[in-house]
Amino acid sequence: MEKRILTCIGCPMGCQLEVTLEKGAFASVTGNTCKNGARYAQKEVTDPRRIVTTTVRVEGSRENACTVPCKTAQDVPKDLIFAVMEDAAAVVATAPVRIGDVLKENAGGTGVSLIATKNVN
Amino acid sequence: MEQFDLVVIGGGPAGLAAACAAFDSGVRSILILERDRELGGILNQCIHNGFGLHTFGQELTGPEYAARYIRQVRERGIAYRLNTMVLDISREKVVTAISRDRGLSEIAAKAVILAMGCRERPRGALNIPGFRPAGIYTAGTAQRLVNVEGLLPGREVVILGSGDIGLIMARRMTLEGAKVKLVAELMPYSGGLKRNIVQCLEDFGIPLKLSHTVVDIAGKERVTGVTIARVDGRGTPIPGTEEHIPCDTLLLSCGLIPENELSRSMGLELDPATNGPRVNQRLETEIPGVFAAGNVLHVHDLVDFVSQEAAAAGRGAARFLALGEDTSCQIPIEASGGIRYTVPASVSPREMEEQLTIRFRVGSVMNNRAVAVYLDDCQVYRRKRPVMAPGEMEQVVLPRDIFRAHGDAKRIRILTEEA
Amino acid sequence: MYDTVIIGGGVVGCAVARFLSRFRGSFCLLERENDVCCGTSKANSAIIHAGFDAKAGTLMAKYNVLGSRMMPELARELDIPFRRNGSLVLCMDRADLPRLQALYENGLQNGVEGLEIIDARRLHEMEPNVSRSAVAALWAPTGGIVCPFGMTVALGENAIQNGVEFRLGTRVSQVRPGEKGTWLVITEKETLVTRAVVNAAGVYSGVLHNMVSKDKIHITPRRGEYLLLDKSAGETVHSTVFQLPGVLGKGVLVTPTIHGNLLIGPTAQDTEDFEGTNTTAAGLAQVRERAQKGIENIPFRQTITSFAGLRAHEEGHEFILGQPRDAKNFFDCAGIESPGLSAAPAIGLEIANQVAQALKLPEKEDFVPTRQAPIDPRKLTKDQWADLVRREPEYGQIICRCEQISQGEILAAIRSPLGARDLDGVKRRTRAGMGRCQGGFCAPRVMEILARELGVSQKEITKAGGGSGMICGRAKNEV
Repeated sequence: MEKRILTCIGCPMGCQLEVTLEKGAFASVTGNTCKNGARYAQKEVTDPRRIVTTTVRVEGSRENACTVPCKTAQDVPKDLIFAVMEDAAAVVATAPVRIGDVLKENAGGTGVSLIATKNVN
Repeated sequence: MEQFDLVVIGGGPAGLAAACAAFDSGVRSILILERDRELGGILNQCIHNGFGLHTFGQELTGPEYAARYIRQVRERGIAYRLNTMVLDISREKVVTAISRDRGLSEIAAKAVILAMGCRERPRGALNIPGFRPAGIYTAGTAQRLVNVEGLLPGREVVILGSGDIGLIMARRMTLEGAKVKLVAELMPYSGGLKRNIVQCLEDFGIPLKLSHTVVDIAGKERVTGVTIARVDGRGTPIPGTEEHIPCDTLLLSCGLIPENELSRSMGLELDPATNGPRVNQRLETEIPGVFAAGNVLHVHDLVDFVSQEAAAAGRGAARFLALGEDTSCQIPIEASGGIRYTVPASVSPREMEEQLTIRFRVGSVMNNRAVAVYLDDCQVYRRKRPVMAPGEMEQVVLPRDIFRAHGDAKRIRILTEEA
Repeated sequence: MYDTVIIGGGVVGCAVARFLSRFRGSFCLLERENDVCCGTSKANSAIIHAGFDAKAGTLMAKYNVLGSRMMPELARELDIPFRRNGSLVLCMDRADLPRLQALYENGLQNGVEGLEIIDARRLHEMEPNVSRSAVAALWAPTGGIVCPFGMTVALGENAIQNGVEFRLGTRVSQVRPGEKGTWLVITEKETLVTRAVVNAAGVYSGVLHNMVSKDKIHITPRRGEYLLLDKSAGETVHSTVFQLPGVLGKGVLVTPTIHGNLLIGPTAQDTEDFEGTNTTAAGLAQVRERAQKGIENIPFRQTITSFAGLRAHEEGHEFILGQPRDAKNFFDCAGIESPGLSAAPAIGLEIANQVAQALKLPEKEDFVPTRQAPIDPRKLTKDQWADLVRREPEYGQIICRCEQISQGEILAAIRSPLGARDLDGVKRRTRAGMGRCQGGFCAPRVMEILARELGVSQKEITKAGGGSGMICGRAKNEV
């Protein structure tokens, strides 16, 4: 049996979680104040994931915007964060862009799309 | 002279929420004045997620959160002007503004909501000795350069201050290919949210040096390095603990200061604890019909609470426009036991909305305390707080019925007690 | 071949250039930095001393008093702000009263007008924040405040208007005699031949002097550290308040600036580093501690920046002006430390006259003594301001929020005869970035404007020329 202390990133409360692992597998968690905390704990010890937020370049903006902010539509494996960034670096969007527009499918080989988070005219 | 019932100074999260709430309470003649080229304020450069959990039950990025309120403003047909800088507001609520399109103009308002936000504490205010080369930025300036202009201000970075913007920028600069060498924090605890320490520093192996500060900046043209040192309990650097860190950039994330130049020029006195004006339960300042909300009033951690507070100010302004000045008796809220201030600073039990939210900060880290509210000597609220820290705003929500039950209370006290 | 090459674009070099441009001839000013006013002239107390302090009979005393007298007219001609707010020297101890009296008499000997010794009651009426322990003070109504950048830039622009060539970013490595009594001024790029040289090289004036004369002089950089407070603290004092050097040691001055901030300093620390404009924890602590001895209630929380300047301290504590006996047509303006800013107009006039006499330069009939300052909307009435924005909408777009500086003013600063080429240049001319947020909001926008106006990418925009680039590259390219 192994114990791991985590800080939940689900919300600003930042609950301290104590996860119990049995033979490397998730067994139980204490310290969470909600279901999301339990879910986070289980994921964090087995398949840690993050939402990546960044920007991509945009051309043709009437408002002279240089960038359009974006995020991965879901969380992606932590070790693929930089692969997502590399893909984002190659994207050049064309204005207008609307919130939710897919800017890059399967970003960084995660199977998750990079989507716009701002309207750019 | 142009006339509006309500002029909202600032089109950031506070201004937008205040304008919408005022509209929903029946005000129709509203004008928002925004100095930037778009609505949304600082949220537009806060491209990270984590906004809106309380308001929308969802984790949004800054621009997404802003977009929702911008849509609400548009749906209501509320007027706004961009690239418009307010130069002056008179006590009679004449707003002098300037813009390319409209030139210098004066607008007469019946009510004004101050929602100018805040600015970052610059290097000089931090008293960091050394040279003054290029490469020293506040974290927010760097955030704008990276996220809005698409420019990278530096490659090897030291960050002073572990406020949330500093933590967020540690991750952001790392993702863009810079090397963030460390984050130094003067206090023995971080000024940012715990989850940001996990996902912005720990995820990328960036060290957080608590009780450390920058004691020297080297480099005559561009920063070539900084010297950090450990500090004692009073924040004084301890000789012999200096360590030189080569870097080309120093980012500062050492606190925010409400942007109250306009408030001051109106003659509003600022509370030294918040650097913002004092307000009553409807977020009205000591000048009747002038309201304040958001970071101009006191610096918040979460935009959700800015929106909530601003909505209360919007409703307050609507009430003022409909019913006139609140002449009922104001009772100051007495804060003690480590509570530095409260917003509102005073309440009128007769002029209460359904519930009253009192927001406050404590002056030092406290463990195992309880927050209690007394009307005269009667305890009307008590809640345990395992941890309270200056970096995290606290709040107490009191239903109106409590005040109804103690209609003739003369004193309101809020304090921390042994849990 | 030039008639005169002036080395150094500080306030003295620019003053010499301006007064020399009254004569016919070809003149060139060389400045190693990207802008004028980058050395001693930019980091000092920004005051025009009345002239009671410098020892009677010295050049310092003579040119200080002359310079101070020239200021009102010069400020009118160059359209720069100058205000005689008056100076006070506090006496904190009865034991020091004889010293105060001696200072008064020294001032009288120097020809300073209006000096008075005032008692504590009158002192506190004038300055309520002066420490209660002050027993008396010397009052000098002719003491004044000025913007050193504004003054240097105005002098430079007026010189350019009258035909002087300015070469910025040009470092002089050597000066030596050429043929037939000429001088060779050797820069990194080329060798200039000139009939005369003016040495206005600030802390390096000793190095230049010693290249051409056997009578060696010794200039030590003396560091002075300052604190600048927000305008909300600007009324802490109204006059420039000095402390009498006395039994309690030497004090620092506390003064409003011409723009309404509060300035406190300097320290005095000799250094071997000719570029050592760094502040130190000890120095800044000393400024705070000493200021509080004279003035109460200084809101140090309102500090917006600190800085240090280097004074060119000559070991005999005296200005060295004119031709060394073994270097004909080489004119020193060396050892110009406090009261150098105050003396600069008089030094400029004197050295220009000496050069003209030596080279037999005739006066110009078409010299234009006046220079028009860029528009400052804050000096207009509301109606005039509204008119201006209607005519030129750029003045309606505010770029710097703290100081309320418009795009129009920034463009004017870049497009002027001695135009700004970097962020500091814009800041010094317009105050954009000089307010309480210190450029946090406006720096990215000013960079954008500079890049557009200069026709370069933002990556090439610097804080102050040379290697002071603001940006390392485009985001994303570094991944």
